[in-house]
Amino acid sequence: MKNLVEVLVKSLVENPDAVVVNEVTAEQSITLELRVAADDMGKVIGKQGRIAKAIRTVIKAAAAKENKRVILEIIQ
Amino acid sequence: MKKVVTKGRTVEEAISLALKELDTSRENVETKVLELPSGGIMGLFRNRYAKVEVIINTDLCKIAKTYLNNIVSAMGIEANIETSLDENVLSIVMTGQDMGILIGRRGQTLDSLQYLTSLVINKLTEQYVRVVLDTENYRKKRELTLKDLAEKLAHRVISTKKKIELEPMNPYERRIIHATLQKNNKIYTFSQGEEPFRKVVIDIKKTS
Repeated sequence: MKNLVEVLVKSLVENPDAVVVNEVTAEQSITLELRVAADDMGKVIGKQGRIAKAIRTVIKAAAAKENKRVILEIIQ
Repeated sequence: MKKVVTKGRTVEEAISLALKELDTSRENVETKVLELPSGGIMGLFRNRYAKVEVIINTDLCKIAKTYLNNIVSAMGIEANIETSLDENVLSIVMTGQDMGILIGRRGQTLDSLQYLTSLVINKLTEQYVRVVLDTENYRKKRELTLKDLAEKLAHRVISTKKKIELEPMNPYERRIIHATLQKNNKIYTFSQGEEPFRKVVIDIKKTS
């Protein structure tokens, strides 16, 4: 899951090296904490959160395959 | 930087200046000569310099393919990905098992993947490239479903004389509904609401 978020995000941002994903696994859910360079926040959120929504949709599909719930938090 | 325009005493000189500026080599670029050095007419309009435009060639097909391949394998799905670039449309078709997961409910996942790929591609291009991602002929099937739905609802509006609001759809899907019902002169269609909840409304035409 962590790897998937990295793959999705690194090609969208200007500073791929600053992309950090932290995975916190609970019994039935996974929380992913995404950190990117301050300048890249817009690149992962998008107008009205459109990009963030697309990223969440894709990771949800991957999580559903493993019968898990997944939460993506974008941390400033 | 994807494109530079440089001047030199010869075409070759201008190109090599551009390559230095772009920090790349000759096989990665496309060049276009804008002006040639000329003597002009009787010393007038004399042009001492060659002017060239040098554009970095990016293999968009390959970039899209690699991006999606990485995503799909990180999801634990095996897929074969074919790409083709025609004019400004990049078409991508995925085949394999588990394609249902990549489509998602009403194509949500497919649309998200398409949107993300389009962002990655258009970050690299000067001119907008439309990215169309498909698998198992989903786009065509969805189009037929929407056309059927449009016709069915149009009939209902005509017989009940009451307007019908459809569920929210993306611009592409709304366009299919509008286009399908455009020639029907008993009803008219319009969209209302804000993205991403914008929806089509079918209403009866008032005969005056």
